[in-house]
Amino acid sequence: MKRAGILLVATVLLTGCTAPAPEAPTRPAALGGTVTVFAAASLTAAFDALAAEFEQQHPEVDVVVNYGGSSGLATQITEGAPADVFAAANESTMARVVDAGDAGDTTVFTTNTLVLVTPAGNPAGVTGLADLANPDFAIALCDPAVPCGSAAQALLDTAGVTAAPDTLEEDVKAVLTKVQLGEADAGLVYVTDAHAPGVIVDIVYVPEAQEVVNRYPIAVLTGAPNPDAAQAWVDFVLSDAGQQALADAGFLAP
Amino acid sequence: MTRGAQRRRLSPPIAIAAAVALAFLVLPLVALAIRAPWGELPRLLSSEPVLQALGLSLLTGAITTVLCLVFGVPLAVLLSHSAQWPTVPRRLLRAAITVPLVLPPVVGGIALLLLLGRRGIIGQLFAQAGLGIPYTTGAVVLAQTFVAMPFLVFAVEGALGAADRRTEAAAATLGANRWQVFRMVTVPLVAPGIAAGAVLCFTRALGEFGATITFAGSLPGVTRTLPIASYLALQTDPEAAIALALVLLVVSVVVLLALRDRWLPGVRA
Repeated sequence: MKRAGILLVATVLLTGCTAPAPEAPTRPAALGGTVTVFAAASLTAAFDALAAEFEQQHPEVDVVVNYGGSSGLATQITEGAPADVFAAANESTMARVVDAGDAGDTTVFTTNTLVLVTPAGNPAGVTGLADLANPDFAIALCDPAVPCGSAAQALLDTAGVTAAPDTLEEDVKAVLTKVQLGEADAGLVYVTDAHAPGVIVDIVYVPEAQEVVNRYPIAVLTGAPNPDAAQAWVDFVLSDAGQQALADAGFLAP
Repeated sequence: MTRGAQRRRLSPPIAIAAAVALAFLVLPLVALAIRAPWGELPRLLSSEPVLQALGLSLLTGAITTVLCLVFGVPLAVLLSHSAQWPTVPRRLLRAAITVPLVLPPVVGGIALLLLLGRRGIIGQLFAQAGLGIPYTTGAVVLAQTFVAMPFLVFAVEGALGAADRRTEAAAATLGANRWQVFRMVTVPLVAPGIAAGAVLCFTRALGEFGATITFAGSLPGVTRTLPIASYLALQTDPEAAIALALVLLVVSVVVLLALRDRWLPGVRA
Protein backbone atom coordinates (compact mmCIF):
# COMPACT_ATOMS: atom_id res chain seq x y z
CA MET A 1 0.00 0.00 0.00
CA LYS A 2 2.81 2.30 0.89
CA ARG A 3 4.51 1.58 -2.41
CA ALA A 4 1.29 2.25 -4.29
CA GLY A 5 1.01 5.53 -2.43
CA ILE A 6 4.53 6.52 -3.36
CA LEU A 7 3.92 5.63 -6.99
CA LEU A 8 0.77 7.69 -7.00
CA VAL A 9 2.57 10.60 -5.43
CA ALA A 10 5.45 10.27 -7.87
CA THR A 11 3.11 10.21 -10.83
CA VAL A 12 1.17 13.15 -9.57
CA LEU A 13 4.38 14.97 -8.91
CA LEU A 14 5.86 14.34 -12.29
CA THR A 15 2.77 15.71 -13.96
CA GLY A 16 2.77 18.52 -11.45
CA CYS A 17 6.35 19.44 -12.24
CA THR A 18 5.86 19.65 -15.97
CA ALA A 19 3.04 22.11 -15.45
CA PRO A 20 4.65 25.44 -14.52
CA ALA A 21 1.40 26.86 -13.16
CA PRO A 22 1.70 27.26 -9.39
CA GLU A 23 -1.85 26.04 -8.89
CA ALA A 24 -1.47 22.56 -10.28
CA PRO A 25 -4.89 21.03 -10.79
CA THR A 26 -3.68 17.60 -9.66
CA ARG A 27 -3.09 18.55 -6.06
CA PRO A 28 -2.42 15.23 -4.33
CA ALA A 29 -4.83 14.58 -1.51
CA ALA A 30 -2.44 12.11 0.12
CA LEU A 31 0.33 14.62 0.87
CA GLY A 32 0.21 16.55 4.09
CA GLY A 33 1.88 17.18 7.38
CA THR A 34 5.52 18.04 7.86
CA VAL A 35 8.47 16.70 5.93
CA THR A 36 11.71 17.01 7.88
CA VAL A 37 14.81 17.23 5.70
CA PHE A 38 18.31 16.91 7.18
CA ALA A 39 20.64 18.58 4.71
CA ALA A 40 24.32 19.46 4.43
CA ALA A 41 25.01 23.09 5.37
CA SER A 42 26.23 23.77 1.82
CA LEU A 43 22.71 23.12 0.50
CA THR A 44 21.20 25.99 2.49
CA ALA A 45 20.50 28.45 -0.32
CA ALA A 46 19.35 25.84 -2.84
CA PHE A 47 17.07 23.95 -0.47
CA ASP A 48 15.60 27.14 0.98
CA ALA A 49 14.53 28.11 -2.53
CA LEU A 50 13.28 24.60 -3.27
CA ALA A 51 11.34 24.37 -0.01
CA ALA A 52 9.43 27.54 -0.85
CA GLU A 53 8.61 26.21 -4.32
CA PHE A 54 7.61 22.79 -2.96
CA GLU A 55 5.30 24.32 -0.38
CA GLN A 56 3.67 26.40 -3.09
CA GLN A 57 2.94 23.23 -5.07
CA HIS A 58 1.85 21.33 -1.97
CA PRO A 59 0.19 23.84 0.35
CA GLU A 60 -0.70 21.06 2.78
CA VAL A 61 2.94 20.15 3.31
CA ASP A 62 5.28 21.99 5.61
CA VAL A 63 8.96 21.54 4.73
CA VAL A 64 11.34 21.86 7.66
CA VAL A 65 15.02 21.73 6.74
CA ASN A 66 17.67 21.15 9.38
CA TYR A 67 21.00 22.29 7.96
CA GLY A 68 24.28 21.26 9.54
CA GLY A 69 27.55 19.47 9.05
CA SER A 70 26.72 16.23 7.23
CA SER A 71 28.62 14.08 9.70
CA GLY A 72 26.80 15.52 12.68
CA LEU A 73 23.45 15.11 10.94
CA ALA A 74 24.32 11.49 10.13
CA THR A 75 25.05 10.89 13.81
CA GLN A 76 21.74 12.46 14.80
CA ILE A 77 19.93 10.19 12.33
CA THR A 78 21.65 7.01 13.50
CA GLU A 79 20.82 8.09 17.07
CA GLY A 80 17.15 8.17 16.11
CA ALA A 81 16.36 11.75 15.09
CA PRO A 82 12.87 11.78 13.48
CA ALA A 83 13.94 12.89 10.00
CA ASP A 84 12.28 12.01 6.69
CA VAL A 85 15.05 12.78 4.21
CA PHE A 86 18.83 13.04 4.42
CA ALA A 87 20.89 14.93 1.86
CA ALA A 88 24.62 14.54 2.59
CA ALA A 89 27.62 16.35 1.20
CA ASN A 90 29.50 13.16 0.38
CA GLU A 91 28.87 9.48 -0.15
CA SER A 92 30.90 8.16 2.76
CA THR A 93 28.75 10.10 5.21
CA MET A 94 25.58 8.73 3.62
CA ALA A 95 27.14 5.25 3.76
CA ARG A 96 27.23 5.50 7.55
CA VAL A 97 23.48 6.07 7.60
CA VAL A 98 22.87 3.22 5.12
CA ASP A 99 25.14 0.88 7.10
CA ALA A 100 23.15 1.65 10.24
CA GLY A 101 20.00 0.56 8.40
CA ASP A 102 18.49 4.04 8.47
CA ALA A 103 18.35 4.53 4.69
CA GLY A 104 17.86 2.23 1.71
CA ASP A 105 18.27 3.48 -1.84
CA THR A 106 20.36 6.58 -2.26
CA THR A 107 20.65 8.76 -5.35
CA VAL A 108 23.41 11.19 -6.17
CA PHE A 109 21.51 14.38 -6.98
CA THR A 110 24.24 16.96 -7.42
CA THR A 111 27.97 17.58 -7.18
CA ASN A 112 30.12 20.34 -5.79
CA THR A 113 33.73 21.46 -5.97
CA LEU A 114 35.96 23.53 -3.72
CA VAL A 115 37.30 27.02 -4.26
CA LEU A 116 39.95 29.05 -2.52
CA VAL A 117 38.38 32.14 -0.97
CA THR A 118 39.86 35.23 0.65
CA PRO A 119 38.29 38.23 2.37
CA ALA A 120 37.00 40.88 -0.05
CA GLY A 121 39.95 42.56 -1.74
CA ASN A 122 42.28 39.70 -0.83
CA PRO A 123 44.26 41.85 1.64
CA ALA A 124 46.92 39.22 2.27
CA GLY A 125 47.58 38.72 -1.46
CA VAL A 126 46.82 35.01 -1.60
CA THR A 127 47.47 33.65 -5.11
CA GLY A 128 46.97 29.88 -4.96
CA LEU A 129 46.89 26.66 -3.02
CA ALA A 130 50.62 26.90 -2.26
CA ASP A 131 49.89 29.88 0.00
CA LEU A 132 47.92 27.58 2.31
CA ALA A 133 51.30 26.20 3.41
CA ASN A 134 52.53 29.66 4.40
CA PRO A 135 52.56 29.94 8.20
CA ASP A 136 52.38 33.75 7.97
CA PHE A 137 48.84 33.56 6.59
CA ALA A 138 45.87 32.78 8.80
CA ILE A 139 44.32 29.72 7.16
CA ALA A 140 40.90 28.24 7.94
CA LEU A 141 39.98 24.77 6.70
CA CYS A 142 37.29 22.23 7.57
CA ASP A 143 38.40 19.44 9.86
CA PRO A 144 39.16 16.25 7.90
CA ALA A 145 36.39 14.56 9.94
CA VAL A 146 33.69 16.41 7.97
CA PRO A 147 33.05 16.21 4.19
CA CYS A 148 34.40 19.65 3.27
CA GLY A 149 37.54 18.79 5.22
CA SER A 150 38.10 15.45 3.54
CA ALA A 151 37.54 17.17 0.18
CA ALA A 152 40.02 19.88 1.17
CA GLN A 153 42.53 17.22 2.16
CA ALA A 154 42.05 15.44 -1.16
CA LEU A 155 42.52 18.71 -3.03
CA LEU A 156 45.69 19.57 -1.10
CA ASP A 157 47.03 16.06 -1.73
CA THR A 158 46.28 16.43 -5.45
CA ALA A 159 48.15 19.73 -5.50
CA GLY A 160 51.00 18.36 -3.38
CA VAL A 161 50.54 21.05 -0.73
CA THR A 162 50.97 20.49 3.00
CA ALA A 163 48.71 23.10 4.53
CA ALA A 164 49.51 25.02 7.72
CA PRO A 165 45.98 25.66 8.99
CA ASP A 166 45.33 27.93 11.96
CA THR A 167 41.94 26.41 12.60
CA LEU A 168 40.06 23.29 11.51
CA GLU A 169 36.37 24.14 11.66
CA GLU A 170 33.43 21.84 12.18
CA ASP A 171 31.58 22.84 9.02
CA VAL A 172 32.02 24.80 5.83
CA LYS A 173 29.94 27.78 6.98
CA ALA A 174 32.29 28.30 9.92
CA VAL A 175 35.25 28.51 7.52
CA LEU A 176 33.35 30.98 5.36
CA THR A 177 32.49 33.11 8.39
CA LYS A 178 36.13 33.27 9.46
CA VAL A 179 37.15 34.37 5.94
CA GLN A 180 34.33 36.88 5.58
CA LEU A 181 35.19 38.49 8.90
CA GLY A 182 38.80 38.75 7.77
CA GLU A 183 39.88 36.52 10.64
CA ALA A 184 41.30 34.11 8.08
CA ASP A 185 43.37 35.24 5.08
CA ALA A 186 42.23 32.26 3.05
CA GLY A 187 40.11 29.14 3.27
CA LEU A 188 38.74 26.31 1.18
CA VAL A 189 34.95 26.24 0.82
CA TYR A 190 32.49 24.81 -1.68
CA VAL A 191 32.00 26.93 -4.77
CA THR A 192 28.30 27.09 -3.83
CA ASP A 193 29.11 28.67 -0.49
CA ALA A 194 31.32 31.25 -2.14
CA HIS A 195 28.40 32.18 -4.42
CA ALA A 196 25.69 32.06 -1.76
CA PRO A 197 23.55 35.20 -1.43
CA GLY A 198 25.01 37.79 0.91
CA VAL A 199 28.47 36.26 0.89
CA ILE A 200 31.19 38.76 0.06
CA VAL A 201 34.51 37.04 -0.57
CA ASP A 202 37.10 36.98 -3.33
CA ILE A 203 37.58 33.73 -5.23
CA VAL A 204 41.05 32.63 -6.28
CA TYR A 205 40.99 30.30 -9.27
CA VAL A 206 42.50 26.91 -8.48
CA PRO A 207 42.83 24.58 -11.50
CA GLU A 208 43.26 21.43 -9.40
CA ALA A 209 39.86 22.00 -7.78
CA GLN A 210 38.03 20.55 -10.80
CA GLU A 211 39.58 17.17 -10.08
CA VAL A 212 38.15 16.84 -6.58
CA VAL A 213 34.39 16.47 -6.81
CA ASN A 214 32.01 15.95 -3.89
CA ARG A 215 29.00 13.84 -4.86
CA TYR A 216 25.85 14.57 -2.85
CA PRO A 217 23.50 11.63 -2.21
CA ILE A 218 19.90 11.94 -1.05
CA ALA A 219 17.66 9.27 0.48
CA VAL A 220 14.30 8.76 2.12
CA LEU A 221 15.03 7.42 5.60
CA THR A 222 13.62 4.06 6.64
CA GLY A 223 12.19 5.54 9.82
CA ALA A 224 10.63 8.51 8.02
CA PRO A 225 7.51 9.66 9.89
CA ASN A 226 6.09 11.01 6.61
CA PRO A 227 7.43 8.72 3.85
CA ASP A 228 5.07 9.88 1.10
CA ALA A 229 5.96 13.52 1.44
CA ALA A 230 9.60 12.49 1.86
CA GLN A 231 9.57 10.68 -1.48
CA ALA A 232 7.81 13.64 -3.06
CA TRP A 233 10.58 15.91 -1.81
CA VAL A 234 13.31 13.63 -3.17
CA ASP A 235 11.53 13.44 -6.54
CA PHE A 236 11.20 17.20 -6.56
CA VAL A 237 14.93 17.64 -5.91
CA LEU A 238 15.67 15.27 -8.81
CA SER A 239 13.16 16.99 -11.12
CA ASP A 240 14.10 19.63 -13.66
CA ALA A 241 12.91 22.37 -11.32
CA GLY A 242 15.01 20.97 -8.49
CA GLN A 243 18.09 20.61 -10.64
CA GLN A 244 17.62 24.15 -11.94
CA ALA A 245 17.54 25.54 -8.38
CA LEU A 246 20.71 23.62 -7.56
CA ALA A 247 22.39 24.91 -10.70
CA ASP A 248 21.33 28.45 -9.77
CA ALA A 249 23.13 27.96 -6.46
CA GLY A 250 26.32 26.95 -8.25
CA PHE A 251 26.01 23.17 -7.99
CA LEU A 252 26.94 20.94 -10.91
CA ALA A 253 24.82 18.15 -12.39
CA PRO A 254 25.42 14.70 -10.85
CA MET B 1 24.09 28.41 58.17
CA THR B 2 21.36 25.82 58.74
CA ARG B 3 22.57 24.95 62.22
CA GLY B 4 19.73 26.40 64.21
CA ALA B 5 17.00 25.45 61.74
CA GLN B 6 14.56 22.77 62.77
CA ARG B 7 14.23 19.72 60.54
CA ARG B 8 10.82 19.76 58.94
CA ARG B 9 9.23 17.51 56.34
CA LEU B 10 8.77 19.07 52.92
CA SER B 11 5.22 19.37 51.68
CA PRO B 12 4.52 16.66 49.04
CA PRO B 13 4.12 18.99 46.01
CA ILE B 14 7.47 20.59 46.71
CA ALA B 15 9.15 17.23 47.27
CA ILE B 16 7.74 15.84 44.02
CA ALA B 17 8.67 18.89 41.95
CA ALA B 18 12.13 18.89 43.46
CA ALA B 19 12.54 15.21 42.66
CA VAL B 20 11.52 15.85 39.04
CA ALA B 21 14.00 18.72 38.80
CA LEU B 22 16.80 16.63 40.28
CA ALA B 23 16.03 13.68 38.02
CA PHE B 24 16.04 15.98 35.00
CA LEU B 25 19.49 17.25 35.93
CA VAL B 26 20.99 13.89 36.83
CA LEU B 27 19.41 11.35 34.45
CA PRO B 28 21.08 12.61 31.23
CA LEU B 29 24.43 12.21 32.94
CA VAL B 30 23.44 8.74 34.11
CA ALA B 31 22.55 7.90 30.51
CA LEU B 32 25.96 9.15 29.46
CA ALA B 33 27.59 6.84 31.97
CA ILE B 34 25.42 3.89 30.90
CA ARG B 35 26.08 4.40 27.20
CA ALA B 36 29.80 4.98 27.68
CA PRO B 37 31.90 2.39 25.88
CA TRP B 38 33.60 1.23 29.08
CA GLY B 39 35.58 -1.57 27.41
CA GLU B 40 36.92 0.82 24.81
CA LEU B 41 37.58 3.58 27.31
CA PRO B 42 41.27 2.94 28.03
CA ARG B 43 42.08 2.91 24.33
CA LEU B 44 39.91 5.95 23.50
CA LEU B 45 41.20 8.00 26.40
CA SER B 46 44.87 7.21 26.06
CA SER B 47 44.93 8.39 22.45
CA GLU B 48 47.16 11.33 21.67
CA PRO B 49 44.37 13.74 20.56
CA VAL B 50 42.40 13.14 23.75
CA LEU B 51 45.37 13.60 26.08
CA GLN B 52 46.34 16.71 24.14
CA ALA B 53 42.84 18.18 24.43
CA LEU B 54 42.61 17.28 28.12
CA GLY B 55 46.00 18.84 28.84
CA LEU B 56 45.05 21.99 26.96
CA SER B 57 41.72 22.21 28.79
CA LEU B 58 43.32 21.83 32.22
CA LEU B 59 46.06 24.35 31.40
CA THR B 60 43.75 27.01 29.97
CA GLY B 61 41.19 26.41 32.73
CA ALA B 62 43.87 26.95 35.38
CA ILE B 63 45.18 30.16 33.77
CA THR B 64 41.62 31.40 33.35
CA THR B 65 40.93 30.79 37.03
CA VAL B 66 44.03 32.75 38.06
CA LEU B 67 43.02 35.65 35.79
CA CYS B 68 39.49 35.58 37.16
CA LEU B 69 40.84 35.67 40.70
CA VAL B 70 43.23 38.53 40.05
CA PHE B 71 40.64 40.70 38.29
CA GLY B 72 37.36 39.20 39.43
CA VAL B 73 37.77 39.56 43.19
CA PRO B 74 38.36 43.31 42.90
CA LEU B 75 35.35 43.51 40.59
CA ALA B 76 33.29 41.71 43.22
CA VAL B 77 34.46 44.24 45.81
CA LEU B 78 33.43 47.05 43.46
CA LEU B 79 30.06 45.38 42.91
CA SER B 80 29.58 45.05 46.64
CA HIS B 81 30.62 48.68 47.08
CA SER B 82 28.07 49.76 44.46
CA ALA B 83 25.29 49.16 46.99
CA GLN B 84 25.96 52.76 48.03
CA TRP B 85 25.67 54.10 44.48
CA PRO B 86 22.63 55.70 42.85
CA THR B 87 20.22 53.24 41.25
CA VAL B 88 21.12 53.65 37.56
CA PRO B 89 24.90 53.12 37.67
CA ARG B 90 24.42 50.37 40.25
CA ARG B 91 22.06 48.45 37.98
CA LEU B 92 24.21 49.08 34.91
CA LEU B 93 27.23 47.61 36.67
CA ARG B 94 25.31 44.53 37.73
CA ALA B 95 23.86 44.09 34.24
CA ALA B 96 27.30 44.40 32.65
CA ILE B 97 28.59 41.56 34.81
CA THR B 98 25.47 39.44 34.29
CA VAL B 99 25.32 39.70 30.50
CA PRO B 100 28.23 37.30 29.74
CA LEU B 101 26.49 34.83 32.05
CA VAL B 102 23.27 34.77 30.04
CA LEU B 103 24.65 35.53 26.58
CA PRO B 104 24.88 32.58 24.17
CA PRO B 105 28.63 31.87 24.25
CA VAL B 106 28.85 31.99 20.44
CA VAL B 107 27.64 35.59 20.60
CA GLY B 108 30.31 36.24 23.20
CA GLY B 109 32.84 34.78 20.78
CA ILE B 110 31.68 37.08 17.98
CA ALA B 111 31.84 40.07 20.31
CA LEU B 112 35.38 39.10 21.28
CA LEU B 113 36.30 38.84 17.59
CA LEU B 114 34.93 42.32 16.92
CA LEU B 115 37.06 43.72 19.74
CA LEU B 116 40.16 41.53 19.70
CA GLY B 117 40.05 39.75 16.32
CA ARG B 118 42.59 40.38 13.61
CA ARG B 119 40.31 43.13 12.34
CA GLY B 120 38.86 43.96 15.73
CA ILE B 121 38.84 47.45 17.19
CA ILE B 122 41.80 46.69 19.45
CA GLY B 123 42.90 43.40 17.89
CA GLN B 124 44.01 45.02 14.64
CA LEU B 125 46.68 46.93 16.54
CA PHE B 126 48.02 43.62 17.83
CA ALA B 127 47.75 42.07 14.38
CA GLN B 128 49.73 44.93 12.86
CA ALA B 129 52.44 44.26 15.41
CA GLY B 130 52.47 40.63 14.30
CA LEU B 131 50.68 39.45 17.44
CA GLY B 132 47.37 38.18 16.11
CA ILE B 133 45.21 37.07 19.04
CA PRO B 134 42.78 34.55 17.45
CA TYR B 135 43.99 31.00 16.86
CA THR B 136 46.27 31.15 19.90
CA THR B 137 46.04 29.40 23.27
CA GLY B 138 45.84 32.91 24.74
CA ALA B 139 42.62 33.43 22.80
CA VAL B 140 41.20 30.29 24.43
CA VAL B 141 42.02 31.77 27.84
CA LEU B 142 40.37 35.08 26.91
CA ALA B 143 37.21 33.33 25.71
CA GLN B 144 37.04 31.24 28.87
CA THR B 145 37.69 34.25 31.09
CA PHE B 146 34.88 36.15 29.40
CA VAL B 147 32.31 33.46 30.19
CA ALA B 148 33.68 32.27 33.55
CA MET B 149 34.46 35.57 35.29
CA PRO B 150 30.84 36.36 36.29
CA PHE B 151 30.62 33.06 38.20
CA LEU B 152 33.51 34.10 40.40
CA VAL B 153 32.35 37.69 40.78
CA PHE B 154 28.88 36.72 41.96
CA ALA B 155 30.17 34.02 44.31
CA VAL B 156 32.58 36.46 45.95
CA GLU B 157 30.01 39.25 46.03
CA GLY B 158 27.60 36.90 47.80
CA ALA B 159 30.25 36.09 50.39
CA LEU B 160 31.03 39.79 50.86
CA GLY B 161 27.35 40.49 51.42
CA ALA B 162 27.10 37.75 54.04
CA ALA B 163 30.34 38.66 55.83
CA ASP B 164 30.43 40.85 58.90
CA ARG B 165 31.89 44.03 57.43
CA ARG B 166 32.40 45.67 60.81
CA THR B 167 35.73 43.83 61.05
CA GLU B 168 36.95 45.97 58.18
CA ALA B 169 35.87 49.12 59.91
CA ALA B 170 37.61 47.96 63.08
CA ALA B 171 40.82 47.28 61.16
CA ALA B 172 40.62 50.75 59.64
CA THR B 173 40.22 52.40 63.03
CA LEU B 174 43.29 50.49 64.19
CA GLY B 175 45.29 52.27 61.50
CA ALA B 176 45.25 49.84 58.57
CA ASN B 177 45.21 51.52 55.18
CA ARG B 178 42.66 50.46 52.54
CA TRP B 179 45.01 48.01 50.81
CA GLN B 180 45.92 46.41 54.14
CA VAL B 181 42.25 46.11 55.05
CA PHE B 182 41.54 44.42 51.72
CA ARG B 183 44.49 42.05 51.90
CA MET B 184 44.50 41.17 55.61
CA VAL B 185 40.82 41.39 56.53
CA THR B 186 38.47 41.30 53.53
CA VAL B 187 40.14 38.51 51.55
CA PRO B 188 40.51 36.10 54.52
CA LEU B 189 36.95 36.93 55.55
CA VAL B 190 35.51 35.81 52.22
CA ALA B 191 38.13 33.16 51.41
CA PRO B 192 35.57 30.34 51.30
CA GLY B 193 33.47 32.36 48.87
CA ILE B 194 36.53 33.04 46.73
CA ALA B 195 37.40 29.35 46.72
CA ALA B 196 33.87 28.33 45.80
CA GLY B 197 33.84 30.95 43.04
CA ALA B 198 37.20 29.77 41.75
CA VAL B 199 35.93 26.19 41.54
CA LEU B 200 32.82 27.26 39.64
CA CYS B 201 34.96 29.42 37.41
CA PHE B 202 37.38 26.56 36.66
CA THR B 203 34.66 24.06 35.85
CA ARG B 204 32.84 26.59 33.66
CA ALA B 205 36.09 27.31 31.82
CA LEU B 206 36.62 23.59 31.37
CA GLY B 207 33.26 23.24 29.66
CA GLU B 208 33.54 26.36 27.48
CA PHE B 209 32.79 25.66 23.82
CA GLY B 210 30.94 28.32 21.84
CA ALA B 211 33.02 31.39 22.56
CA THR B 212 36.22 29.39 22.20
CA ILE B 213 35.48 27.86 18.79
CA THR B 214 34.19 31.20 17.48
CA PHE B 215 36.97 33.39 18.79
CA ALA B 216 39.96 31.07 19.08
CA GLY B 217 39.20 28.43 16.46
CA SER B 218 39.95 24.74 16.68
CA LEU B 219 43.43 23.37 16.12
CA PRO B 220 44.78 20.29 17.91
CA GLY B 221 47.27 21.18 20.61
CA VAL B 222 46.70 24.94 20.30
CA THR B 223 43.01 25.75 20.61
CA ARG B 224 41.15 22.45 20.47
CA THR B 225 39.97 21.99 24.05
CA LEU B 226 38.15 18.92 25.32
CA PRO B 227 34.60 20.16 24.60
CA ILE B 228 35.56 21.05 21.02
CA ALA B 229 37.29 17.69 20.53
CA SER B 230 34.19 16.03 21.93
CA TYR B 231 31.87 17.92 19.56
CA LEU B 232 34.04 17.10 16.57
CA ALA B 233 34.25 13.43 17.57
CA LEU B 234 30.45 13.38 17.58
CA GLN B 235 30.59 14.06 13.83
CA THR B 236 32.30 10.76 13.07
CA ASP B 237 32.78 8.62 16.15
CA PRO B 238 29.96 9.02 18.71
CA GLU B 239 31.60 6.48 21.04
CA ALA B 240 34.71 8.63 21.25
CA ALA B 241 32.50 11.67 21.84
CA ILE B 242 30.78 9.92 24.73
CA ALA B 243 34.15 8.94 26.17
CA LEU B 244 35.38 12.53 25.94
CA ALA B 245 32.18 13.83 27.49
CA LEU B 246 32.66 11.34 30.31
CA VAL B 247 36.14 12.70 30.97
CA LEU B 248 34.77 16.24 31.21
CA LEU B 249 32.02 15.05 33.52
CA VAL B 250 34.41 13.16 35.80
CA VAL B 251 36.90 16.02 35.99
CA SER B 252 34.12 18.50 36.82
CA VAL B 253 32.56 16.27 39.46
CA VAL B 254 35.90 15.48 41.07
CA VAL B 255 36.85 19.15 41.21
CA LEU B 256 33.47 20.13 42.64
CA LEU B 257 33.43 17.38 45.27
CA ALA B 258 37.07 17.60 46.34
CA LEU B 259 37.39 21.35 46.55
CA ARG B 260 33.97 22.29 47.83
CA ASP B 261 34.08 19.76 50.63
CA ARG B 262 37.44 21.08 51.64
CA TRP B 263 36.44 24.71 51.59
CA LEU B 264 32.79 24.94 52.36
CA PRO B 265 32.96 23.92 56.04
CA GLY B 266 34.63 27.28 56.44
CA VAL B 267 31.35 28.95 55.51
CA ARG B 268 29.45 27.19 58.23
CA ALA B 269 32.06 27.61 60.94
